[in-house]
Amino acid sequence: MSGDLDTGTIWLTIIALGIGTFVIRFSFLGLIGNRQLPEWVLRHLRYTAVAVLPGLIAPLVLWPAATGGQTDPARLAAAFVTLAVGVLTRKVLLAILCGAGTLYLMLFLIA
Amino acid sequence: MPGTTAKSYFWRGVRDGAPFVLVVGPFGLLFGVVGTEAGLNIVEVMGFSILVIAGASQFAAVQLLSDNAPTLIVLATALAVNLRMAMYSAALVPHLGAAPLWKRALMAYFLVDQSYAVGAVKFDTEPQMTLQQKVAYYFGIVAPICPNWYLLTLVGALVGKSIPPSFALDFAIPITFLALVAPGLRTVAHVAAATTSVAVALALAFLPYNSGLLIAALAAMITGAQVELWTKGRMA
Repeated sequence: MSGDLDTGTIWLTIIALGIGTFVIRFSFLGLIGNRQLPEWVLRHLRYTAVAVLPGLIAPLVLWPAATGGQTDPARLAAAFVTLAVGVLTRKVLLAILCGAGTLYLMLFLIA
Repeated sequence: MPGTTAKSYFWRGVRDGAPFVLVVGPFGLLFGVVGTEAGLNIVEVMGFSILVIAGASQFAAVQLLSDNAPTLIVLATALAVNLRMAMYSAALVPHLGAAPLWKRALMAYFLVDQSYAVGAVKFDTEPQMTLQQKVAYYFGIVAPICPNWYLLTLVGALVGKSIPPSFALDFAIPITFLALVAPGLRTVAHVAAATTSVAVALALAFLPYNSGLLIAALAAMITGAQVELWTKGRMA
């Protein structure tokens, strides 16, 4: 990774993200109180994590920076195994371990 | 004595929260390692885990920072990951909303996936619990989880520098996120949202400043909500 991040940007991100995340957590407990969220808002909130994270990683899986953007069979296989184990077993740590194992095995076999 | 029962509820919370250390600990460790690899120093890595205390959004922010995305995009994307916590906050109001403001602020700071999930189930199944007992129980849940989140982040940051590049840690974030998302793909609507997110993000990857991701996330949320309406309508 780049390694040339400047301290100001990093701390601005940490502090703003910290405050923003606290405001989200405090929203109803502290500010809005005992009011029902409209059903259409809840319906969209249910999908926030599954809407952001897949799009964030898709380019990293297909075009990894570590291989100069070239699609890499080892990383592709690792991603597939992680997803498959996660969907089938619903165990997050097991999926990570199987994905990492696949990645190292493939890197070892290809090298 | 009410103080005694509150104390016993605190320890019940500790007991129910403790198993989640096995989930949260490795993530903390991984964040420490990944953050250090991305070029953050130990204070910055700890700043993330203590001030933000939300793993997935921290990974997202570090990834986008290393992509040199503009700060506004980094913040918008990472905050979008945390929006689900508004739902948690709303769900806890009927149980904890009558606590003093400073306690509610402290409970909000510690509102993570685990404290919400464990707390909400307990409060729903034991409605006779008093406010004092619920608050004690809630702090009990987070007592083993959050300190271990900080501690293992620190351990990860300390060992991160000594891990050689052959370990391909660039791929730790994709694997972690895939593992986090996969168990959540439990309905057609969730799968549709995830698929939309991937397709739009890839199609708009040419846009500057990682802005395609935000458009993809918005499109995916709308898709998920619409497919949910559609599938429910068909079942009804």
